[in-house]
Amino acid sequence: MRVPLSWLKEYVDIGDISVDELAERLTLAGLEVVGIERIGDWWDRDKIFVGQIVRVDPHPNADRLTLPTVEYGGPEPITVVTGAPNIRVGDVGQKVALALAGAVLIDGYSEDRRKTVLKPTKIRGVRSAGMVCSERELGLSDSHEGILILPDDAPVGMPLADYLGDVVFDLDLTPNLARCFSIIGVAREVAALLGRPLKVEEPTMEATGPSIEGQIDLEIADPDLCARYTAALIKGVKIGPSPWWMQRRLTLAGMRPINNIVDITNYVMLEWGQPLHAFDYHVLRPRPGKTHPPAIIVRRARPGEKMTTLDGVERQLNEDMLLICDGAGPVAIAGVMGGLESEVTEQTTDILLESANFDAINNRRTAQVLRMNTEASARFGRGIAPSMTVRAARRAAQLMRELAGGEIAQGLADLYPRPQQTVGVTFTTAEVERILGVRMSVDEIVDILRRLEFQCRVEGETIHAAVPDHRLDVRIPADIMEELARIYGYDRIPSTLLADELPPQRRFHQLETEEFIRDVLAGCGLQEVITYSLTSLEVEGRLYPEGESPRPADYIRLANPLTSEREYLRRSLKAGLLATAAANLRHTPQVSIFEIGAVFEPVEGELLPREPMRLAMAMAGPRQPLAWHTPAPENMDFFDLKGVIEVLMERLGLDEAAYEPAQEMPFLPGRAAVVRIGEDVAGIFGEVHPLVKERFELPSVPVCLAEFNLDLLVRSAKRTPYVESLPRYPGVAEDIAVVVDREVPAEQVRKAIMEAGAPLLRRADLFDVYQGPQIPENKKNLAFSLLYQAPDRTLTDEEVRRYHQRIVQHLEKTLGATLRA
Amino acid sequence: MTADLHELEQRASAELAQVSDLQALEQWRLRYLGKKGEVTLAVRSVGQLPPAERPAYGKLANEVKGRLEAAYEARLEVLKQEEVERALRAAAVDVTLPGRRPAVGRLHPSTQTLREIYHIFTQMGFQIYRSREVETDEYNFELLNMPPHHPARDMWDTFYINKDVVMRTHTSPGQIHVMRAYYPEPIRAILPGKCYRYEQVTVRSEHMFHQVEGLAVGKHITMADLKGTMIHFARQMFGPERKLRFRCSHFPFTEPSVEVDMDCILCGGKGCSLCKHTGWLEIAGAGMVHPVVLRNGGYDPNEWSGFAFGMGIERIAMLKNHIEDIRYFFSNDLRFLGQFH
Repeated sequence: MRVPLSWLKEYVDIGDISVDELAERLTLAGLEVVGIERIGDWWDRDKIFVGQIVRVDPHPNADRLTLPTVEYGGPEPITVVTGAPNIRVGDVGQKVALALAGAVLIDGYSEDRRKTVLKPTKIRGVRSAGMVCSERELGLSDSHEGILILPDDAPVGMPLADYLGDVVFDLDLTPNLARCFSIIGVAREVAALLGRPLKVEEPTMEATGPSIEGQIDLEIADPDLCARYTAALIKGVKIGPSPWWMQRRLTLAGMRPINNIVDITNYVMLEWGQPLHAFDYHVLRPRPGKTHPPAIIVRRARPGEKMTTLDGVERQLNEDMLLICDGAGPVAIAGVMGGLESEVTEQTTDILLESANFDAINNRRTAQVLRMNTEASARFGRGIAPSMTVRAARRAAQLMRELAGGEIAQGLADLYPRPQQTVGVTFTTAEVERILGVRMSVDEIVDILRRLEFQCRVEGETIHAAVPDHRLDVRIPADIMEELARIYGYDRIPSTLLADELPPQRRFHQLETEEFIRDVLAGCGLQEVITYSLTSLEVEGRLYPEGESPRPADYIRLANPLTSEREYLRRSLKAGLLATAAANLRHTPQVSIFEIGAVFEPVEGELLPREPMRLAMAMAGPRQPLAWHTPAPENMDFFDLKGVIEVLMERLGLDEAAYEPAQEMPFLPGRAAVVRIGEDVAGIFGEVHPLVKERFELPSVPVCLAEFNLDLLVRSAKRTPYVESLPRYPGVAEDIAVVVDREVPAEQVRKAIMEAGAPLLRRADLFDVYQGPQIPENKKNLAFSLLYQAPDRTLTDEEVRRYHQRIVQHLEKTLGATLRA
Repeated sequence: MTADLHELEQRASAELAQVSDLQALEQWRLRYLGKKGEVTLAVRSVGQLPPAERPAYGKLANEVKGRLEAAYEARLEVLKQEEVERALRAAAVDVTLPGRRPAVGRLHPSTQTLREIYHIFTQMGFQIYRSREVETDEYNFELLNMPPHHPARDMWDTFYINKDVVMRTHTSPGQIHVMRAYYPEPIRAILPGKCYRYEQVTVRSEHMFHQVEGLAVGKHITMADLKGTMIHFARQMFGPERKLRFRCSHFPFTEPSVEVDMDCILCGGKGCSLCKHTGWLEIAGAGMVHPVVLRNGGYDPNEWSGFAFGMGIERIAMLKNHIEDIRYFFSNDLRFLGQFH
């Protein structure tokens, strides 16, 4: 909403408050000023004036140039040279903007609106002492066709800055501020904020024509969507341009002048906030079978109905849309846009003026469906008081009489099936203190509310406030609290720290464990990333280059995606992490990343998906950065990622985590494993299959990927370890090397060793795996370093030998292992 | 014979002066002072002399031996010292060479900012509560005092799954969840999480972002408490000198509603490009919980009151770390992420 200060001042005296201060007060009160346009604030008061042409002589040396002599209040008129096509030899009396030498103006021929200082010059041999200015040279618009012609009543000699200069506030209004979508609405706020009177008179009209009775057949068929319909009839208007002052105000407020009738409807809408529509009375048809009077019927659209709106577009209507119809069919979409047929044209003489009230929600929905965000629907869609129709009708009718020469029919046609009820809100001073935390006296409260035009009745500490009819947004005491706070000033409300009872405190174990996992992984050198939840099936499908493509039914899909790349909700973090790795590997040799986030799984028969949390990791590139001490670092592989996973399991107290070979996409067979915790699969990891790498445009180095069921990890984690006392007696270290079949997993051998060595064997650490000469084919040699230790004594050689023997026998028996010489 | 001794001492001394390492010194010692060394033999040869010459010769020989032994010890000391110094010199490193760095990981800036916010609010007794990202229209809008077609719904550009299900546009549905979970206890909670908006991705807007909602419900909670809490937060987060202003605004789920502005951290309020020349930065939307919302959460608004606030995590991080482009957050370029501590 654009609010010219000169217009605002017509309704409220702002005194000596500066523009910036007023903007600040409005902003703090909820009418956010997002821009201040200062028109003519740079015009020099001593050098640019309202002038009047006293004579225009021909230029002796150029046909296209003229020599106007301009009176401007100086000692004597001056003569300038101009090429303006709208000044002709012999013209007298036009009011113009005259700039004297030394004035700063915009160079009319510069692309970038550069400012220059006007110098006295000779043009084709004639001296020019100044310049008559175009709108462009004054920065008013881009118009440079001719010079600016001012209204006839412009006072000669007045500095142009005082006459034409203005300030326009650009307000960003929240939906509750429907009442401020008008100059009077904003003026009312300013008046309340400054404690000054609002200078607005109740509009009247001088109706001298025959009564409207019998001249219009008005019906509201759907009163649920139309609380009121008011119409005025103005006959004998002459269509033409509206006066300069009206055009100027419309332009400043951001609307384009069209003709006097349309401009009046727009002007009154801007002034009062009530949208109006002018129909050509003679185009409106009576009901079928009648010849008179023309009919206006407000009704819902019928199935399949169509109409062409003012902008020339044919609109397909639906049964939720409210129409204004005449006796034969639709003539307007109620509160959105008029129809092309009944538009006011040059030939129009008689006007039926509509000032109606339409249901906000219905109007808004219609505007949205038709994608027609008009000035009218912006206001109706936010809600307007039905009491406004009569005022606006009278005001517009009177202007049509004054500015278009029309005669107003006596009376208004006014159907008001659902009269507005006055709302009362009752509250106490204690309630004010309970919500705002500040004690305000009854007098203070009543003063604020009266400034906002509430009628107050006081009973002790209780206040009964009658809400003014233009305030559709105030219904309950909480609404009153906001009015009190914003007028009283939020800066005057004290700041306190919560003194209320402290709620029971609870720990949030899920989040604590998640944060712990983040720290563990960062400690392992992995960088956290956060990728989008929204993805595409194409990207998901890259994980399965050979198998079936992802089934849409397995995914949650947006009904209104922004782009096809962000259409589905992810079911896993894998693709996002691989894409992130690929993007980084284009400029960085090494990537170690992880992500924690929700994925989304539709559930048959349920409205909402499951949102399990996942943890994923990806690693690729050299193990160490290239450096003077590591000139040829090796690439990370399966075991680098497994090491991180082992550390994580250990830190989560998940000693029972077990690893089993896995064979599924997107992993490379033979280099992938699932991680089990008890019976449950907690996650899967491994090196990524070359076909998948190709689809993600990953480089040839091994790329490792893992994904875990985070909820399961969190649920299983044992965050409080049981701490054993440190050993008091020395241990005995021994090595053992056994040859087993190649297929036997090392972990199985280790477990067998531990089993046989219990309870004195404390550790068995694999330190060598060997296949090759000296070992039979299909066999491998595993070497373990063993530690025997007892909590209560020093072990004897004899004891250790016995245990060692037991282990060897057990391995021979269970795994067919042989001791390596 | 004594002349031989003098010659021997001169020769041994001259050779000793030439010895430059411990190995040569040992050879010298063996040659002159060893069991079969020339000096040892010379001392021992005294028995072969006529008895009259023995005392003089013996004395001289022992003197020579003593002097050479002393010279040897002195030389040994010097050479040992030189050896140590040489070893130290050989082991010295160029201290400007880069060190061997362990692999270093970091947390995402949104996580880091969330953690800072958690710390500040948990110290004030607020607890963290999470709720879902895909929400019903009912929780995202209706229970927050926005019936279907409410004009305020235009304030959020919404991704719809279907007419009843949306990607949550804000963390505010969590207000209803936490109230329904904790009724009839008083509440101090912060509700973090991802939110989604149907918005073109630009330097200043993303279709996904993190928000933290705050909610306090109790028997004596006022707008003054909201002010105090927000001021405390801003000063903890952005520095003790920060000033706030509270500006009337509108959210359907709070009444009264305010925008919380902080004096610009770059220009201190004088006006710059960061604050769009207003001197102020919007850091949160807030207000007193609307009675309808309290009632929807199970709390009687005549008995209970509460405040709520919401802020964008990436926006806070951008202000704090002078980040110019919100798209950096989820494009996860390691050259961006690696700049955070």
